[in-house]
Amino acid sequence: MPGTNDKLVIAGREFDSRLMVGTGKYADFPQMVAAIEASGAQIITVAVRRVNISDRNKESLLDHIDLKKYTLLPNTAGCYTADDAIRTCRLAREAGLSDFVKLEVLGDEKTLFPDNEELLKAAAVLVKEGFTVLPYTSDDPIVCKRLEDIGCAAVMPLGAPIGSGLGIRNPYNIRIILDTVKVPVIVDAGVGTASDAAIAMELGCHGVLMNTGIAGAQDPIAMAEAMNLAVRAGRLAYRAGRIPMKLYASASSPLVGLIK
Amino acid sequence: MRHSELYVNITINGEAASIEPLSVQDYLLTIGIDPRRVAVELNREILPKADYPGTRLKDGDNLEIVHFVGGG
Repeated sequence: MPGTNDKLVIAGREFDSRLMVGTGKYADFPQMVAAIEASGAQIITVAVRRVNISDRNKESLLDHIDLKKYTLLPNTAGCYTADDAIRTCRLAREAGLSDFVKLEVLGDEKTLFPDNEELLKAAAVLVKEGFTVLPYTSDDPIVCKRLEDIGCAAVMPLGAPIGSGLGIRNPYNIRIILDTVKVPVIVDAGVGTASDAAIAMELGCHGVLMNTGIAGAQDPIAMAEAMNLAVRAGRLAYRAGRIPMKLYASASSPLVGLIK
Repeated sequence: MRHSELYVNITINGEAASIEPLSVQDYLLTIGIDPRRVAVELNREILPKADYPGTRLKDGDNLEIVHFVGGG
């Protein structure tokens, strides 16, 4: 937020925005550009895919992204093995001249839950090769600790399955993860509406990453703005120190001076 | 004088192709690809951009050419 010194720091790099957004699932490039702008995000994810050799007239994503304004976070979406993910990251680094990567190694097509065994293998190799690894993982504090120990720059536990919009399914695990690791904790996946993002930030998360929650909304640009506000509101509420939850009431007005 | 082959058989992004034995750099430009916007794997190894001009495609080569697209 402007005027405060509450920046998100990942691998020594500072960012004002704690909202990261994807670039997939938009109706067209202008909508994508407008939504990213409205979100205030500075880090945006991209996928790595084969160039369409036969259809050379297709516009390219990078024609629409101002690389001076945004930090690209290439993902390894669609990879089901450590080998594929590692290969994709090497290609991404070569294409993008940055070593930030969102590491995903999927275990299952229906849930898109991570295969944590392959994820840990890939993370170990990639960290050794100098990548700044942001791993998408389950809301399991033990895996998150392992990822931190391996040297990942952050951990990105899911709130709920990718694209499900179910929000933060297990806020208690997220809180335990926040207690367990020292690297930034960024909720990635499952955010459906603004309150989900605010909840993640109120728990103490350092950031939120989403794609479908914005791109799939009826009005993506409005939703992007809502998410922008929600992440900022949630972070501010967290830093403001909320009241405790009590079983019984505690009156807000004085008990003396009542008319009788 | 020895004649070089007119064409080489390679695989590009999983598809078979017969092309002139150009350098990777020239091949990309020929098919309208900006070399700065892609990454290339030649026979399963990343080919650094600096090597595009000096690497000539030969028979049996397997090229993967990727770029960034929208994704979450």
